[in-house]
Amino acid sequence: MLPSWTENQELRSMSEKPRLIYFNGRGRMESVRWLLAAARVEFEEIFLDTREQYVKLIKDGSLMFQQVPLVEIDGMKMVQTRAILSYIAGKYNLYGKDLKERAFIDMYVEGITDLMHMILMFPFSPPEAKEKNLALITERATHRYFPVFEKALKQHGQDFLVGNQVSWADIQLMEVILAVEEKTPAVLLAFPQLQAFKTRMSNMPAIKKFLQPGSPRKPPPDDHYVSTVLKVLAEE
Amino acid sequence: MAGKPKLHYTNGRGKMESIRWLLAAAGVEFEEEFIETKEDLEKLRNDGSLLFQQVPMVEIDGMKMVQTRAILSYIAAKHNLYGKDLKERAWIDMYVEGTTDLMGMIMYLPFQPAEAKEKNLALIIERATARYFPAYEKVLKDHGHDYLVGNKLSWADIHLLEAILMAEECKPDILSAFPLLQAFKGRISNIPTIKKFLQPGSQRKPPADEKFIAHVKKIFNM
Repeated sequence: MLPSWTENQELRSMSEKPRLIYFNGRGRMESVRWLLAAARVEFEEIFLDTREQYVKLIKDGSLMFQQVPLVEIDGMKMVQTRAILSYIAGKYNLYGKDLKERAFIDMYVEGITDLMHMILMFPFSPPEAKEKNLALITERATHRYFPVFEKALKQHGQDFLVGNQVSWADIQLMEVILAVEEKTPAVLLAFPQLQAFKTRMSNMPAIKKFLQPGSPRKPPPDDHYVSTVLKVLAEE
Repeated sequence: MAGKPKLHYTNGRGKMESIRWLLAAAGVEFEEEFIETKEDLEKLRNDGSLLFQQVPMVEIDGMKMVQTRAILSYIAAKHNLYGKDLKERAWIDMYVEGTTDLMGMIMYLPFQPAEAKEKNLALIIERATARYFPAYEKVLKDHGHDYLVGNKLSWADIHLLEAILMAEECKPDILSAFPLLQAFKGRISNIPTIKKFLQPGSQRKPPADEKFIAHVKKIFNM
């Protein structure tokens, strides 16, 4: 009575490589790519280019809430970005050593996610709202989010945000710093700790590799990406 | 570790309500300090109590925790409502993200422009009955257990009950096509700590009325 994909599922989970199903662009999946890359986990990707692929995924029952990202990992078809990221962080020791460290990592990640969400939605905002939204991204980064991480690093004087070891929070912070810099190049001017943090993180071998051409890292969203997403999801 | 958790928020549901539910279900007594005015919010901000200048904020175990999901995850883990291993936690996280999305739509409904309300309410009902409830009905059907994950009460169950009750406030017969969710609702509601929370006099908050919405909009400059 089991659907035929179950056998493939078990075979795949034995082969170990996670499989990412998403559009060929950053979106919500980019944080997953960052985290897997930082954890030195190789992964495969399937890109959604057509509505037919998406409809088939839904009909197959692969998408619990009819949404992507979808990550096939360890025999599970995981959806919901945060759930996926938490699982990867937990599995690869990027989630602190105890409950309290996890609490701080979660708080930092949630804040960064709020900022990242503004950037994520930016290409989909109407042209007349873009200037205002860009100003808001810069304002929030420089007045609400970056000061928090600057202060955290200054206060404990350690290389990483939590527990003196690299965690999901550091990788997520690195990702958002680069994303904001793409929009506002001088954004780190007032944040010397974050500048040093960015340099240190860039030099970590796994991240250095991810930042080089030919890695799974995706370029900033362009018009083609936006129109593909709208077409596949059939959003007006 | 001494002292009860202290919740800082407005005197209404909003994003804090899921935290009240989880603490109550875990049998944890808590205090609340209500933000009544803009000045109350400014004071919290100026005191440096709000990491990202936002509430909810919960004082718990020596931390001033912010970000709803972080707070909920901490409470769930602390009180054994987060599964027994990484995989169970993954399923709980997935389910909770779904109910969070649904409850988020319902929560923001009163803040939408009046002319969009009817359309948005219809969308909520559509999403509840065509996207979310079918997923949870299937989970319960597939394993036949009383709870969503690991045959044991978890954060996911408490969150789903909260979402069901909120959805029923939008449309009372919204569970009509979901017999397992109806049974689930009955079972979870009867858990003693939850039963107590559902009774008058508990710290559960009522749905927001127009007056409260106006009050909240003023405090948060919405």
